[in-house]
Amino acid sequence: MHRKYVIIGNSAAAVGAVEAIRRNDRNGSIVIFSKESQSTYSRPLISYYNQGKVGRESIYFRPDDFYEKNDCDFRPGTSVVKIDIHSCTITTDSGSDEKYDRLLIATGSEPVVPPFPGLDTVSNVRTYTSFDDALALEELISSGLSRVLIVGAGLIGLKCAEGISKKADVTCVDLSDKVLSSILDDVSSDLISDHIRSNGIKLVLGNAVKAFSGNKAELADGSRIDFDVLVIASGVRPCASLFKNAGGLTGKGIIIDDHCRTSAENVFAAGDCVESVDMSTGKYKVMALLPNAYMQGECAGSNMSDTECVFNKAIPMNALTLFGLHILTAGSYTGEVSDDSEGNDIRRFYHSDNRLNGYILISNIDKAGIYTSMIRDRVPLDTIDFGLVRKAPGLMAFGRVYRDKTLGGKS
Amino acid sequence: MKRVYVNEEWCLGCHLCEYYCAFAQTNETDIARALKDKVIKPGIRVEEHNGICFAVSCRHCEEPLCAKSCITGALTVVSGIVSVDTEKCIGCYTCILNCPYGAISPSDKGAILKCQLCSDNTHGSPACVKGCPNKAIVFEERGM
Repeated sequence: MHRKYVIIGNSAAAVGAVEAIRRNDRNGSIVIFSKESQSTYSRPLISYYNQGKVGRESIYFRPDDFYEKNDCDFRPGTSVVKIDIHSCTITTDSGSDEKYDRLLIATGSEPVVPPFPGLDTVSNVRTYTSFDDALALEELISSGLSRVLIVGAGLIGLKCAEGISKKADVTCVDLSDKVLSSILDDVSSDLISDHIRSNGIKLVLGNAVKAFSGNKAELADGSRIDFDVLVIASGVRPCASLFKNAGGLTGKGIIIDDHCRTSAENVFAAGDCVESVDMSTGKYKVMALLPNAYMQGECAGSNMSDTECVFNKAIPMNALTLFGLHILTAGSYTGEVSDDSEGNDIRRFYHSDNRLNGYILISNIDKAGIYTSMIRDRVPLDTIDFGLVRKAPGLMAFGRVYRDKTLGGKS
Repeated sequence: MKRVYVNEEWCLGCHLCEYYCAFAQTNETDIARALKDKVIKPGIRVEEHNGICFAVSCRHCEEPLCAKSCITGALTVVSGIVSVDTEKCIGCYTCILNCPYGAISPSDKGAILKCQLCSDNTHGSPACVKGCPNKAIVFEERGM
């Protein structure tokens, strides 16, 4: 049977799906709709592009022949405006309809832009989640507009700050008094703030932008900041409205099960647009991260092409480098904390009920994946030498039976 | 596919595997000249504790979490070997965040470093195995 797969979106989740579908089905047709004009590129690389560490040609997530090799009908610059889950049809912005046998919604996330009073009086406002944003910012800065105000000191704001710091005078404002509050705890956050300041970024924390008037920001404490370019980096939210409007089940994102199925028959979803179970807490959560996106996309693609696949190992995780300092984190920061830090070498482990829930490593990140797998696989801590593995990450702590299986190849 | 397997009880903790790995990466012909006064960065690393020792290198997983997590597309599976394109790799360490065996490490060149079973150098088959004096690591097909 010739099956028609339709994919809305063109980032990691879409790529994961295409690669899985083509492992199982060489004959079905795959149509990919992307509102952007580029071939699939790595979104996290945009700050590396601004920094000059990645060239324009190296931002792409897959080789040039990806669509051709996987026999995909790629339609860039085409938005999908409607899904009809009853007639199995999608409608594009040009008004044309497309039927699907299996649909993947991989629409990603969109930047949150709070309704600041006076925002419409500001010239040169950007968000920072797409390659177009990176290109636009580069152009503005190189035209001599060098004072950049970034609203938000989270992942997006700080990577943006790092990306442009050599060419611009950067101030970063956040209403939280901690940077990276979504991925760090208070202790580790303070260390990072100091590090960022020592690299020339002005951080204004615990202070909110109240309003803009022209290219001037008024803050809650009454102070003012003049700027040339404004970057809104106040987080992202899942692009779930297409599916919601179609009558599908959504929370903050599109709700999926461990097969990446949605509430609608033959409709799957993956990546930043979904809400799925976080293994580290057992609760539904939006985990907008590239590794989860790829693996959910792959799982969806596999199930769409009739090869059963379960993906139930999603956890929050981040590998981040800021001005040369490496930060690796995973899981959730709940339970008791064991702190094995020494100076600026931060090692903090959160655990409860005999399980590791989360960790934060800064500076020495060697073998961090061993901790990630302990969270993902819910390894009972009393079956390993937890004290040893915290200080000396390795398979030593896991005992002979585990090693004979994983390293020795014995079943 | 042939992989490197560990016979833990035979490991002497001599670290020769690490030296042979580092040597293989240099593509030089003389191990002494290649490594003299160098801090080595091997793709295989010996763990030691309380008299127990064993060597750990990439398992070339059938379902490689490192490659699936790679944000640039630098990590791919080439004929079963999990391989890194060091030109494309930006050293973000998302793979290190995901490898359950601790088998990937930062390189000195801003990318990552991992075992590619010597498919990427002149040795052709794993130099660590050839250099192991006690068959504590072997290169075998075990149908896994």
